[in-house]
Amino acid sequence: MNDTPRDADDPIEPVERDRPGGSPDSGEQPTVVHAPQATAVTPVATAPGATDDRTVEDDDPWGSAFRRIMGGNLVMALLAIFASLVVGGILIAATDERVQAASGYFFARPGDMLGAIWDAVFGAYSALFQGSILNFSRPEAGFATMIKPLTDTLNFATPLIAAGLGVAIAFRVGLFNIGGRGQMLWAAAAAGWVGFSFQLPPVLHVLVAIAVGIVAGAIWGAVAGALKAFTGAHEVIVTIMLNFVALWFITWMLRTPGLLQNPASNNPISPPMPDSATLPSIFGPPFILHWGFVLSVAAVIFCSWLINRSSLGFQFRAVGYNKSAALNAGMDVKRLTVLAMAFAGGFMGLAGAQQVTGAVTTGFTSGIDAGIGFDGITVALLGGSTPWGTFFAGLLFGAFKAGGFRMQAAEGVPIDIILVVQSFIVLFIAAPPLVRAMFGLPQPGKKSRRQRRDEAALKAMTQQKGAQS
Amino acid sequence: MTLELKGITKRFGALTANDHIDLEVNAGEIHCLLGENGAGKSTLMNVLYGLYQADEGQILLDGEVQHFSGPGDAMRAGIGMVHQHFMLIPVFTVAENVLLGHEKALGGLSGAKQKVREISDRFGFHIDPDAKIEDLPVGVQQRVEIIKALSQDAKVLVFDEPTAVLTPRETDELMAIMQQLRDEGTAIVFITHKLREVRAIADRITVIRLGKVVGEASREDSSNELASMMVGRAVELTVQKSPPVLTDNIVEIRGLTVLDAIGQKVVNDVSFDVRGGEVLCIAGVQGNGQTELTEAIIGMQPRTTGSIKLNGLELQGKSVREVLDSGVGFVPEDRTVDGLVGDFTIAENLMLDRYRGEPFVRVGSIDRAVRDEFATEKLDAFDIRAQGIDTHVGTLSGGNQQKVVLARELGRPLSLFVASQPTRGLDVGSIEFVHSQVIASRDAGIPVIVVSTELDEVVGLADRIAVMYRGGVVGVVPADTSRDTLGLMMAGEPPAAAPADPTDPSEGAAA
Repeated sequence: MNDTPRDADDPIEPVERDRPGGSPDSGEQPTVVHAPQATAVTPVATAPGATDDRTVEDDDPWGSAFRRIMGGNLVMALLAIFASLVVGGILIAATDERVQAASGYFFARPGDMLGAIWDAVFGAYSALFQGSILNFSRPEAGFATMIKPLTDTLNFATPLIAAGLGVAIAFRVGLFNIGGRGQMLWAAAAAGWVGFSFQLPPVLHVLVAIAVGIVAGAIWGAVAGALKAFTGAHEVIVTIMLNFVALWFITWMLRTPGLLQNPASNNPISPPMPDSATLPSIFGPPFILHWGFVLSVAAVIFCSWLINRSSLGFQFRAVGYNKSAALNAGMDVKRLTVLAMAFAGGFMGLAGAQQVTGAVTTGFTSGIDAGIGFDGITVALLGGSTPWGTFFAGLLFGAFKAGGFRMQAAEGVPIDIILVVQSFIVLFIAAPPLVRAMFGLPQPGKKSRRQRRDEAALKAMTQQKGAQS
Repeated sequence: MTLELKGITKRFGALTANDHIDLEVNAGEIHCLLGENGAGKSTLMNVLYGLYQADEGQILLDGEVQHFSGPGDAMRAGIGMVHQHFMLIPVFTVAENVLLGHEKALGGLSGAKQKVREISDRFGFHIDPDAKIEDLPVGVQQRVEIIKALSQDAKVLVFDEPTAVLTPRETDELMAIMQQLRDEGTAIVFITHKLREVRAIADRITVIRLGKVVGEASREDSSNELASMMVGRAVELTVQKSPPVLTDNIVEIRGLTVLDAIGQKVVNDVSFDVRGGEVLCIAGVQGNGQTELTEAIIGMQPRTTGSIKLNGLELQGKSVREVLDSGVGFVPEDRTVDGLVGDFTIAENLMLDRYRGEPFVRVGSIDRAVRDEFATEKLDAFDIRAQGIDTHVGTLSGGNQQKVVLARELGRPLSLFVASQPTRGLDVGSIEFVHSQVIASRDAGIPVIVVSTELDEVVGLADRIAVMYRGGVVGVVPADTSRDTLGLMMAGEPPAAAPADPTDPSEGAAA
């Protein structure tokens, strides 16, 4: 079959052009002029109005859940917190014995049950507030007692913030760091070892111990990063398995005399930290808030600079958003993967070192991480993987921890309920359409009923006008 | 059967993709829907096929209003679609693919085979129902798509940009099939932006621009008239350029071979030179190794052997970073995947490959003032239409995105410029702009390599043309080689010999 018929006005015909130097392919030697090897190309101006300059909606209906989890915004976070407090309230009411008892005769005296529900829920959340922010029930005890819950919150938030950063920075590079536990354990072991094995001047000692802890965590993170980068092993699997490696290896070291075990004990526990290697309390007794909190704030500031301002952070974000484009721009994605996991491990390491030098100074066990490595995931998620978001999410979760104890002690609400509330927050964060539906917010890309109604009215009006004129 | 679309309107947020579009297709006619990329053709067809719900308007078949809530409904009503990207399962046989989703209606695998044979005989397709899809050439796979639609007794067939993946010869064969279908009474909607095809085959032409019908055209209208309707202004379809002035800069590629992950040669022993001041266009049907060739030049293909010398400097074996640093500018084939970070701002994208050292980075920190100044300057110089330098690139139109890529790649001193499919998916206005930039970089005296699957673009831009087929270069020919010869070369037939007299390529003799 022949080619499609060609017409005289076919625009795609090659233009006749003379070749003074002969066609480049012909045998003749073309004229060759010398030109600089590298030249700047100046753009040519084109006719204005030449391009389609409509912008498209940033509408990504099939966008990955990962992206949505990463890109949570403040409103959604607050709504998720509110929604989960409501759910928590329902659970508190449902598990309360008085409410259960009153529900037996609900139709006879509904006021009893409603009152019981109010007592249970209000009491619980009031206890949560008093345990985490301001203890207003005993103003006669003095300002220090009143304000102490707030410092407890900051104290609990300290490692959560650091661990949250360890997850958040990995997130920004598109990596899921589940290895917080292992990284924290190595950091704790290393910092602890420096603490009880060496004699150094007070301030220097604790700083060296923490620095060594951070390095240990960074190395453990980098191991996972290297496995991911050079063998393609999935970082989720790798970090989870490295958690177990770290856990049992350190357990063994804690059991073995001469390694990490306290010579004075048969239990798998390390010697206590000397005073020179512990983080002192910022305000002195009765406050337990130690200088580790300041380190966490410093870590947030550093992380914020790293992600948003530094050249390395620019590369991190480019890899996290679009690995192919990063490769095409000449970035060394493998190196960046290892580095990102090293930073992630470093932040986790700070959390681990804070545990050993601040929270538990009487000797650590293999439970020193206290689940903070995993809590860091929730903190980072709630914080939208931004450094300051992580900071405030860490404060909130610290408040839950501090207040949860009082809630249990004062109101008999199981502390598990607080964990349920925390889990619901993350669940809601991960499912923005659910929260939007619950609060009647417009879904992106869809118009609300009201918008549609207004537009229809507007259209009818213009049509009427058109008919009249 | 008569298909009518009345006042179809579809909005995505603030963007109205289809604005009260009316379209009528009768049995036994080919109705061309002509429009640029992004004009709303595909959206309209997705509404018709039940993939989108129209915000306003009606779909009528033989005067009856239809409500399609999914492709299943549309198929049952007699509408078939041949997608641009085939919806076939490669490891299944032809019959299995045809059967998929219609297991009961076709009466199992034997029924499907019977149906394939029947349709295949009717149209002379010569398709074995037991052949695996992955073993079939692209043109034949497209026929399987057609069989799939016909097996559902489709009375209205929609072809969505069907020629994008075909060689010129396969395109001609497809046209013949479409004409045969029309003669048998099928109503055909043919979506395209290629004027040549429209004028060869259309019975009626409807032109869409920015989501609106701008009018009907006749196939007797000249291409320039059609193009100006499509774009909304007079357009220059030819590339304006002066004769090449060759310089002593040169890139020499010798014996370049690239293996893919399973050890097959995707680029096979490719050798050519490009002098400074000329554009070498690499033509060929998509998937014949062009992508891998450009990626090998840029250092993205790890399993590469051979040599790439740029002004005497060996690039092969270097990392992407080193290649870029030696002055290679690269416009990747898929700008949204490889060229840009959609979630980054324009300013960030403009420094994407200059994240080290001056001018943008000082002591590990990005100098935002310098970055923003650079971005503002480029925004202006390249006429990037956006609200500002902080606009996220993902929200820009394709043309503006490509301008960002060009602004970045041409924003530093270059010694080689490689552009892969630089105008794919762009509107005509942006294509003009991109072409003028390519010619500008050629005139700056550096070697320029352009990969394109669009023969029109190749012929318009090139000073010389290299045609690739199955990883090898079939031949390097002058720009004024006839389309027929190029078409044959794209199907793997080497030119009789390098033509001595370019005006008569059929009678070539050794140069």
